[in-house]
Amino acid sequence: MSQIHVKTIINGDASEFLCAADETLLDVLRDRLDLTGSKEGCASGDCGACSVTMDGRLVCACLVLGAEADGTEITTIEGMATGENLHPLQQAFLDHAALQCGICTPGFLVAAKSLLERNPDPTEEETRYWLAGNLCRCTGYDKIVRAVLDAAKIMRETA
Amino acid sequence: MPKDEFTPRTFSVVGTRPLRPDGIDKVTGRARYGADISAPGMLTGMVLRSPHAHARICSIDTSVAAAMPGVKAVITRADFPVHPENNGTADVLDNCMADKKALYDGHAVAAVAASSRRAALDALATIKVVYEVLPHVLDVDEAMKLDAPILHKGRKQEGVPADVSDNVLTRTEYGHGDPEIGFQMADLVIERQFKTAATHQGYIEPHSCLATLGSDGQGDLWVCTQGHYMARNTCAEILGLDSGCLRVTPSEIGGGFGGKTTVFLEPTALLLSQKSGRPVKMTMTREEVFRASGPTASTSIDIKIGMTKDGTITAAKGDYRYQNGAYEAMNGTLGAMTGFAPYDLDHVNTVGWDVVTNRPKAAAYRAPGAPMAAFAVESVIDELAYKLGLDPIEVRLKNAAREGTKSAYGPTYPAIGLEATLKAAKSHPHWSAPLGENQGRGVACGFWFNFGGDTCVSLMVNPDGTVSLSEGNPDIGGSRAAMSMMAAEELGIPMERVRTIIADTAALGQNEVTDGSRVTFAVGLATIKAARHAIQIMVERAAMTWGIDPEAVEWVDGAAQPAGPNAGKHPPMSLAEIAAIASNTGGPISGHFEVNAEGAGVSFGTHIADTEVDPETGAVKIIRYTVFQDAGKAVHPSFVEGQLQGGAVQGIGWALNEEYIYGKDGTLQNAGFLDYRIPVASDLPMIDTAILEIPNPGHPYGVRGVGETGIVPPLAAVANSVSRAAGVRMTSLPMSPPKVLAALKKM
Repeated sequence: MSQIHVKTIINGDASEFLCAADETLLDVLRDRLDLTGSKEGCASGDCGACSVTMDGRLVCACLVLGAEADGTEITTIEGMATGENLHPLQQAFLDHAALQCGICTPGFLVAAKSLLERNPDPTEEETRYWLAGNLCRCTGYDKIVRAVLDAAKIMRETA
Repeated sequence: MPKDEFTPRTFSVVGTRPLRPDGIDKVTGRARYGADISAPGMLTGMVLRSPHAHARICSIDTSVAAAMPGVKAVITRADFPVHPENNGTADVLDNCMADKKALYDGHAVAAVAASSRRAALDALATIKVVYEVLPHVLDVDEAMKLDAPILHKGRKQEGVPADVSDNVLTRTEYGHGDPEIGFQMADLVIERQFKTAATHQGYIEPHSCLATLGSDGQGDLWVCTQGHYMARNTCAEILGLDSGCLRVTPSEIGGGFGGKTTVFLEPTALLLSQKSGRPVKMTMTREEVFRASGPTASTSIDIKIGMTKDGTITAAKGDYRYQNGAYEAMNGTLGAMTGFAPYDLDHVNTVGWDVVTNRPKAAAYRAPGAPMAAFAVESVIDELAYKLGLDPIEVRLKNAAREGTKSAYGPTYPAIGLEATLKAAKSHPHWSAPLGENQGRGVACGFWFNFGGDTCVSLMVNPDGTVSLSEGNPDIGGSRAAMSMMAAEELGIPMERVRTIIADTAALGQNEVTDGSRVTFAVGLATIKAARHAIQIMVERAAMTWGIDPEAVEWVDGAAQPAGPNAGKHPPMSLAEIAAIASNTGGPISGHFEVNAEGAGVSFGTHIADTEVDPETGAVKIIRYTVFQDAGKAVHPSFVEGQLQGGAVQGIGWALNEEYIYGKDGTLQNAGFLDYRIPVASDLPMIDTAILEIPNPGHPYGVRGVGETGIVPPLAAVANSVSRAAGVRMTSLPMSPPKVLAALKKM
């Protein structure tokens, strides 16, 4: 099978790759570009562990073909911190002990960032519904929701 | 290990909430989990699985696959070099790769290693397996019948009666007194049958490993596991290797909950690597995780309890029938041991049955066997309290096990925290909060044994006064932090000066898997003892420097100092000062401790659940939830809360949604997260927690494991809540909307 030449911007950097027509964006990120922060929990769009944004839209990288990334701008968990400075959401997850095993954490952070970009002051209910596409089996979501609400508050105060 | 390890003390590090040292890696995506690694020349390994629930494997033809481009190795069971003598290991091998029969839908029958995933998939599609499909059995009560399809012949153990089938591998019995006498003394006796569905641990990270094995028998394995020593020992035994030649390095682990306490892919990956001469990476798909890893038992349980009008339990009987999937496991035994463990009973008898069926072999799942038993027992206690007009917490307090109680499974309890959790629940605002229409409140208790086991810790004092700690248990939820905290507490230095790493199998002696809620207890104990060992050496070095007897030196606040006026006047020598001159006082300083840790300290919890039942749809919503649990001593309270919250929510999923659904042909119908629905954020309220601290006499700081007990009460707490909200007793899990609706309509 001949491969497709794809040009994208990933976490602000121009990136080119070849991929097969049936390769997902998640496969490309993990296996071709060494961006293993996005996780494969299900490969069916049910767990959200591979959450990334594509032109600002929150997507499951396992449901997007690598070829579809052509001409788009992708942001992954690897693009969230600025140098050594963590994003307020990342810091809030640490402060609130909002991770146990941590496998779902990248997806939650990407999804939560996407929420706060749209709604800087979400209610608990809005937060819970926005994050309903991200599965966490360790925490029962309590500390995750608290971390997101707290980060939102900090971001509003420092905006 | 003496039982009087605990001495009361004040803490400066333990009990605080520092940030976890592995945190930045985990919020930036840098942390490397099972599938996040690769090796030069690596191949992809994939497994062909049985589409039948029970079938004789007549022949397997791999010749086409082996000749395909990119395919570097193809194996079946015939390629495995040895037949393990140990029954348990032989079962693990048979579960990894079927021999003469496929015993469940998803059972591995062949595997390939190829240059790409696509090439591996294409190769699998060409393997021709001729099956003779056999009748199958999935339900425990059906499997026990004499005319049931039989999985294994001749595995019945002593004590299993003749009037049940060969699928019943063990029958165990516990108790004391005579329940028949006790039932005579009761004012009300209730007997009910309960059913629970099989559920899955639902860890978000699928099983994954990267294996390299040479023809000389030397190998390396990178794997996501709860126990890399277990992985090493099991793979070595299955493949006939010297365990010392196989180095196993654990990846970060993306959840386990008991499901990663055995091997599924690892022996296959090693063998494929040896055959191909290349590193082989294998990762399960989510579908494979559901079909072919280790879910829980499904159960059928009879409970009979007698109670007087004042709430005293006069007698209790339980018959716990658990199917454990295709191979031997002991969930039924554990159910029989744990169900009545929270109560002080004069007359109690329990029987546990462990039965095989054509399902994937059950692995441990957080307090394995106990949640289903607690569901049944706590439901009957709730119904008795309801019908006698008694407060369900008062009834439990009246019968609660205390220090000195002879437990239903035998041992007599030392200091335990059940009563404390019940009293805390009773006085919590949740218990007296008003309820709305169609809402109900349920309460339930739970017990877990907790475990210690083989443990090794090494603690190195570095020349700059920092400390490196090596432990041999994967960090599944903050244990690096907990170990650094305990070492810092003991050494008298800031926690940030102690970095804990998870060492590979070549770096430390044998460590039991991360199970039994053992790590904070046992590895913590070994950490404290290793720190004390290092302190003893540092005290000797200071004494040598000062020219006095080591007996005349004590360790206070991170420094050696003369003990009393007779020791002479010497300014204290800090850990960093002693470390800096170690080379001149005898060489590098390290402490270590190796132990089979006993005295884990049993654990109890009480949960309160409020639910609202929609009378039109049967849907149940959790309105409010509070967990009360004894932690002995909470080393890092945030992580303890997290364990209690996570356990409660897994239990809520078990109670309301989760279920292995099989078709008539015995194949799994819902092998994905869309159809096997675990709780999501919008299903839940905040989960409140209250940590009680009744010190465990068997740990220097009083620590008890907290990981498992949290999943024991919720099945019953939610069921009791729904039963009260709906006005009808729910006896079958999950309480899915159709089931609740049907119960409402029958009223």
